[in-house]
Amino acid sequence: MSVIAILIGFSMLVAGGFLVAFLWAVRHGQFDDRYTPSVRILFDHDDVQPEDPASKRIHKKL
Amino acid sequence: MGIGKPLVLRGFDLGFVFRIFSWFPVEFRPLRLIRMASDNARVAIQESFCFHCGEPANDSGIIHDEKAFCCAGCKLVYEVLQENNLCRYYTLDRSPGRSPTFWGGTTFEYLDDAAIAGKLLDYSDDRVRSVTLLVPRMHCSSCIWLLENLPRLNPGVIQSRVNFLKKTIRVAFTPATTVRTVVELLASLGYEPEITLASLDGEAASHAHRSLYYKIGVAGFCFGNIMLLSFPEYLAGGSVDVRLERLFSVLSLLLALPVFFYSSAGYFRSSFAGLSRRIINLDVPLALGILFLFARSVYDILTGAGPGFLDSMSGLVLFLLIGRLFQEKVYDSLNFERKYSSYFPLAVTVRRQGSERTTPVSSLCVGDRMIIRNGGVIPADAVLVRGNGLIDYSFVTGESAPVTREAGSFVYAGGRHRGAAVEMEVVKEVSQSYLTQLWNEADQKRDARAGLTSVSNNVAKYFTAAVLAIAAITALIWLPGNPVVALNAVTGVLIVACPCALALSTPFTFGSAVRVFGRFGLYLKNAGVVERLARVDTIVFDKTGTMTHAGASALRFVGDELTMREIALIGSTARSSGHSLSRALQEYCSLTDVLPVTVFAEVPGSGIRADVDGVTVMIGSREFVMGKEERVLRRLAAGTAPMESRVYVALQGVTMGYFAVGNRYREGMDTLMQELRQSYRLVMLSGDGEGERRHLQSWFGDAPELHFQQSPSAKLAFVQSLQRQGSTVLMVGDGLNDGAALRQSDVGISVAEDTSAFTPSSDAIVDAASLHALPRFLSVSRRSVRIVRASFAVSFVYNLVGLAFAMRGDLTPLLAATLMPLSSVTVVLLCTTWVMIAAKGLGRDQCLSSRS
Repeated sequence: MSVIAILIGFSMLVAGGFLVAFLWAVRHGQFDDRYTPSVRILFDHDDVQPEDPASKRIHKKL
Repeated sequence: MGIGKPLVLRGFDLGFVFRIFSWFPVEFRPLRLIRMASDNARVAIQESFCFHCGEPANDSGIIHDEKAFCCAGCKLVYEVLQENNLCRYYTLDRSPGRSPTFWGGTTFEYLDDAAIAGKLLDYSDDRVRSVTLLVPRMHCSSCIWLLENLPRLNPGVIQSRVNFLKKTIRVAFTPATTVRTVVELLASLGYEPEITLASLDGEAASHAHRSLYYKIGVAGFCFGNIMLLSFPEYLAGGSVDVRLERLFSVLSLLLALPVFFYSSAGYFRSSFAGLSRRIINLDVPLALGILFLFARSVYDILTGAGPGFLDSMSGLVLFLLIGRLFQEKVYDSLNFERKYSSYFPLAVTVRRQGSERTTPVSSLCVGDRMIIRNGGVIPADAVLVRGNGLIDYSFVTGESAPVTREAGSFVYAGGRHRGAAVEMEVVKEVSQSYLTQLWNEADQKRDARAGLTSVSNNVAKYFTAAVLAIAAITALIWLPGNPVVALNAVTGVLIVACPCALALSTPFTFGSAVRVFGRFGLYLKNAGVVERLARVDTIVFDKTGTMTHAGASALRFVGDELTMREIALIGSTARSSGHSLSRALQEYCSLTDVLPVTVFAEVPGSGIRADVDGVTVMIGSREFVMGKEERVLRRLAAGTAPMESRVYVALQGVTMGYFAVGNRYREGMDTLMQELRQSYRLVMLSGDGEGERRHLQSWFGDAPELHFQQSPSAKLAFVQSLQRQGSTVLMVGDGLNDGAALRQSDVGISVAEDTSAFTPSSDAIVDAASLHALPRFLSVSRRSVRIVRASFAVSFVYNLVGLAFAMRGDLTPLLAATLMPLSSVTVVLLCTTWVMIAAKGLGRDQCLSSRS
């Protein structure tokens, strides 16, 4: 039955991975606005916005 | 968008069909498609609507690129967008723009101050800075598109991101660019950011929900795993391997730690905060329940007595948090709509290129010249251009002594002008939230009145205390015999009987009622007004300006023929007054010159006395103009004709005759009165003569209470006497000469047509076009109160039944933990949807009247 202990350990790891992914998503503002992205994706991109070089750092700061 | 006309096709109410479509995304609603098609047709035929913002552009004469614009601001934005190849803005949504600001470079100067700009910045280093700004004026997908394309308009902007639901934009820009440049860029496009003290204080309101999400995530993770670890216990019923059971328990305990110390921390903090102020708030029983469950489980697990109740505890916390998130979302959307998107139906007279026209305050541009009449509220910060202002800032400062302002001086929004009409130039756009705030603060003491709101607060308070007492009694009963059941019972009692549902029903029901009313043209000051509306049993109407149209009346002069100069004198006098009869006179005299008014005094309910170009002009009621001399001209004394009001005129003390103003009643007044007559006592108070008694009698029923020649103080006294008789009085007036009576009555509604009849003493403003829906508004508010009572009853019964089970120890903590948040969510859902259903009747007359 000790195999259960190992399985539980693994399942915790997997579940913990999802938890971390969720926390990461919240931290990066994916839950801040659940409407605008749905509109934004419909805009044509003949004009690719220059990527904000510091956006990652801004996220960290926030 | 204006108010849609009722769509009735051979007696079949199409509005019903369209209401179903209102659940669809905006782009797919059939009405919108129809409206867009008709807009296209309109533009093609007449070219008379502003290509940028959709406002009428007939009189502006600004044509550019074969497109009409209502003002230079809209044209400028169009040119800028065209230059930068951004005209897709106009293809995503028709006339998506808002008229922009010409601020002349003064308004945002304070942003050059490094300290202030620094407070606004979210982030700053040597390569990039970013700032988050609130832009309440964004309203459609075109706005999102344009605002996210800011880098194309100014190379200093690196990136811009919109959060549409919060109406914020985050702009990243190079250090060479200043905050002021960014703000001015937005303002020049018609999206002036609202920079408030709160945003200057760096309040990170935008991240308020984030911590809730974190807590929910952690609690969900722990709850799920604890449940898995508890299954053996549930399913095998005690025959689990002891070593495994021990392992599971310890693991559960480890998983429960973050739930207890992190996710549920808010409840403990709030309970402590309440207790330290000697208030037992709603979080106390919850915090106690969580604490009991946790302490008991820790004890059980450490002593090896059993697996504890950690699954219940983490479940309870998770469901509570989800319920709270739901509440906050609903509350935010109610709040936001109230603050930014429901514009009052206010308007001012604006002079453009020599002609005067009324414009809604929401589309006032900086640089517009507005005419403020006697009694008019100044809707925006402005500079006095012509005339001397005597401005009463009592709504803003509480100081009732009016201050004098000369031409050239700056005048803050919110003051009420007294005296001859003045001309002002707008220097800052109207801030809707500022006006709302003024209105809310104008009369604080009313809100202290007892009502359901305070009842629910009190009930919640005593209820909590009672629940705690019951829990203590339960513990005392069970503890000596059966400590295990005692814990079950006590936690069950604490959790199941939490009066959250009780506390939530009032704000959510009345909040959504306010929202629904706002959509249909009745703007309430706050949620408490809904309750007072429901208690009304007597309705008092003012006549002129309320039941009748302002201006546009049939008018003839009885007396000696007037010369052009005399007409000009009368017109110039009437021009300064906002009274509906004055406005009718003014229209009659509009072809003459405007003469300078030196002395101006308006006696509410009586008339005007003014010195115009050296001549003393008096216009008003017979008593006012002719005084006690009783020097009645014979031909003027002839009996009063029906359906008209008379305005007497005297120049230099000589009575010239009178204007007979034929009254035009608003459409639907007769049916309105007939509907109201059935369930309310109706009274009419009029400042005019008895000319129309007979006509009105037919509307007001068999025993009509019609009172004529009432002065403002008589109106006030009448309302007071009604209240002394025990009546709850709703007064409907125009807010000009019945302000005191509006304030005195239990609910004062001012009817707004096309003047700035913004009366902070009133409790509600109704769009004149929606007045006929008054019976429906009243019935919706009565139903809202019934909804609150019903949900009180439901939650009370629920609590009693739950308590009974819990006290017997039959309610497992897990079951209690699921029931409790479920009841809160149900209450919020029921209250908001019930009000929507109750409001369906409103849609019968005015379906699709969305004001965006």
